[in-house]
Amino acid sequence: MAAIKKDPVDMVIVGFGWTGSLMAMELANSGLRILALERGEQRDTYPDFAYPRNTDELTYGIRLKLFQNASRETVTVRHATADTAMPYRRFGSFLPGDGVGGAGVHWNGMLWRPLEADLKMRSTVTERYGKSFIPPDMTVQDYPFTYAEMEPYFDKFEKICGASGNAGNINGEKIEGGNPFEAPRKNAYPTKAQKRQYGGDLFAQAAQGLGYHPFTLPAAICTESYSNPYGVQLGVCNYCGFCERFGCFNYSKASPQTTVLPALYQHKNFELRTQAQVIRVNTDSTGKKATGVTYIDAQGQEIEQPASIVVLSTFQLNNVRLLLLSKIGKPYDPLTGEGVVGKNYAYQMNGGIKLFFNKQKIFNPFAATGATGVFMDDFNSENFDHGSLGFVGGATISATTTGGRPIQQMSTPSSAPRWGSGWKSAIKDNYLHNMGVGSSGSVMPYKQCYLDLDPTYRDVHGQPLLRMTFDWQQNELKMTNFIKEKAEGIVKAMAPDHYDVGFMGMNAHYDVRPYQSTHTTGGAIMGDNPKNSVVNKYLQSWDVPNVFVLGACCFPQNLAYNPTGIVGATALFAANAIRTQYLGNPGPLVQA
Amino acid sequence: MEKKIETQVPSRRRFLQKTLSLIPLAAAGGSSIVALSAPAAESQGVSDHYVPTYFNNDEWRFILAACDRLIPSDSNGPGAVSEGVPVFIDKQMELPYGFGHLWYMHPPFASAIPELGYQSSLVPRETYRQGIKAINQHCQQQFQQPFASLGHEQQDAILHDLDAGKLTFDNVPGKLLFEQLLENTKEGYLADPLHGGNQTLASWKMIGFPGARADYQDQMNLPNQPYPLGPVSISGKRSV
Repeated sequence: MAAIKKDPVDMVIVGFGWTGSLMAMELANSGLRILALERGEQRDTYPDFAYPRNTDELTYGIRLKLFQNASRETVTVRHATADTAMPYRRFGSFLPGDGVGGAGVHWNGMLWRPLEADLKMRSTVTERYGKSFIPPDMTVQDYPFTYAEMEPYFDKFEKICGASGNAGNINGEKIEGGNPFEAPRKNAYPTKAQKRQYGGDLFAQAAQGLGYHPFTLPAAICTESYSNPYGVQLGVCNYCGFCERFGCFNYSKASPQTTVLPALYQHKNFELRTQAQVIRVNTDSTGKKATGVTYIDAQGQEIEQPASIVVLSTFQLNNVRLLLLSKIGKPYDPLTGEGVVGKNYAYQMNGGIKLFFNKQKIFNPFAATGATGVFMDDFNSENFDHGSLGFVGGATISATTTGGRPIQQMSTPSSAPRWGSGWKSAIKDNYLHNMGVGSSGSVMPYKQCYLDLDPTYRDVHGQPLLRMTFDWQQNELKMTNFIKEKAEGIVKAMAPDHYDVGFMGMNAHYDVRPYQSTHTTGGAIMGDNPKNSVVNKYLQSWDVPNVFVLGACCFPQNLAYNPTGIVGATALFAANAIRTQYLGNPGPLVQA
Repeated sequence: MEKKIETQVPSRRRFLQKTLSLIPLAAAGGSSIVALSAPAAESQGVSDHYVPTYFNNDEWRFILAACDRLIPSDSNGPGAVSEGVPVFIDKQMELPYGFGHLWYMHPPFASAIPELGYQSSLVPRETYRQGIKAINQHCQQQFQQPFASLGHEQQDAILHDLDAGKLTFDNVPGKLLFEQLLENTKEGYLADPLHGGNQTLASWKMIGFPGARADYQDQMNLPNQPYPLGPVSISGKRSV
């Protein structure tokens, strides 16, 4: 029992990254008393990301200063239910965020809307290839809303971010320079597309020559003088090369700090408490109503915070863990297939090719944003016919440069020595003269890939860690091998002096060591009924209707794209439903 | 600004000699100091008088010798030692990183397939302490001298064996020590000088990384063109 009980609030927001800050902002003028609890520290552009201190690769890029501290809390990982899960002791594969702004501080800024088929994955695949095309253990399902329903919220999030890009489809009219596969949008991006790099130009030329459709990557990186709908002014990006793993010192990369918080902090009915780690959501004796949350403050005191509405807006993995620790919703059982909390965990399937050129080609990798590059969508989702290929999903193929950080982003040919004078020569000869072609692929959900609580390992507060049971499945390995051939075709057309291919083989197992993607998804998925999902389309818990669960934990499966576009849009969609429907008539917004 | 000392003795040799001269003779075991043969480059950034905080005399001699083999001074410029990388590694040992406070280090520890990642109970400080002791014992048995006193060829052979997993010890896997050492040596060589290595920005100059300049609007309009300015550090230090 908590020793200290605080005054009740109307809404408590757990986790203060993108979704928590958007929820607070959208409800700030409703008169509700809103409290945000953030387990990490207070952070703002000044002083925390100030130049030149933030150009310190070792502190931020390698020692991971802005991320969750693994010594306090991590997850355990195993490949299959029969294995013993081991702690993810040293972060590599994915990097959960922490602190004000969360992962929204140190993301790359790649900003996508899903394709129409992405939101109707099960029905599209079934219609096109027949029901038997979906493997029996693949638990793919449709999102509970349509693209058209969500379009205004994608639009709004792009405007909040000051996003840059070339539209490819405005109201059904295809526009040269954009992505011809994108779903119809009502408006262009609020700021012009980012400048391209030389590597992107070479890739675009080769891809076009092969009949593909390359375009400049859309990004939450502001490229023109711009103020967003909240009245917050962003800065014009100067391509400093320190987006990925860093806070933006220039107010250009969209984060809660650069787009929401200056406006939100004006509201007197909003309060933020940092270093307040929520350990569970409290419910009443019926278990159908949340009464608030319990958190541990900086002094280690356990504090009860009563609230009428609880919003879980922590990182994807932690949201699922909080539901399990709070016993909200029925935990998923992989043996029976029953229960939903922890179900449909998914990740991303990436590959890459390193291209090495002679000194006649200079790529200046340090001049970049976290999202500079050229993409093509020709083999993503349902943009191509899978009929004869035998897999569901697809991947983007791209030439992106996210910075030229010399410790982490150094590329040398596989034949080069790892140390000694030979290594020195190799980094001298290759740093400016190499580029990459990469792929980012979708990952489908499976009965055998899920999240639950670990029986052995605990966090700094003595609570069970989340346990991840995940491995690559044949469908994704087939997909990535298909993509490898296509990517290699483009690379050959670019005619580098040498290239090294780095795609998963058909026998590959998930490896936590190399960084791959922080786009972990699922575990608290959205759906159209309580049997197939944890939350409804408004991200409202089916079991405890005054609990809302935001973020990538709600994705039924993972798409090839980076998730932040849908994460932001669905948070805005949920906030609108709370404001216009729930507050007047608290209770389930969708009848089960 | 650092005062440039006019002398015929290459500064890297000076650095090694002066650093080692701080070690009592008894601890140095009467053997000759680290063999020096690679051409040394000028370095004005490194303190000749650095006294290690974490490493003891034997360990420090190992760190100096091993860093010198992993990233030697050569025709491409200064190597790890004159750039201060041993100082960087020593400083890292006193930070939360060295104590393993950035990693989940709660028991139980068990071995697992490599794909499940780091599962050693050793934190960087202990990896070095136990690993260096084991290597020096091995060298004493094989060559009757510690690692730092061996010739370059023997040192390289030992490092290659560690790298390949051919040489391992009871308390610490040889590969674990090697990866720790190589990772930290490269970090120190390529990181901003504020952490103790890369004191003359030689590595950044060599590869063409402009450091903390962080403003490339104009360069984005010049695809395939060289960037005209040399590197600058966070503190405003520029390369010579």
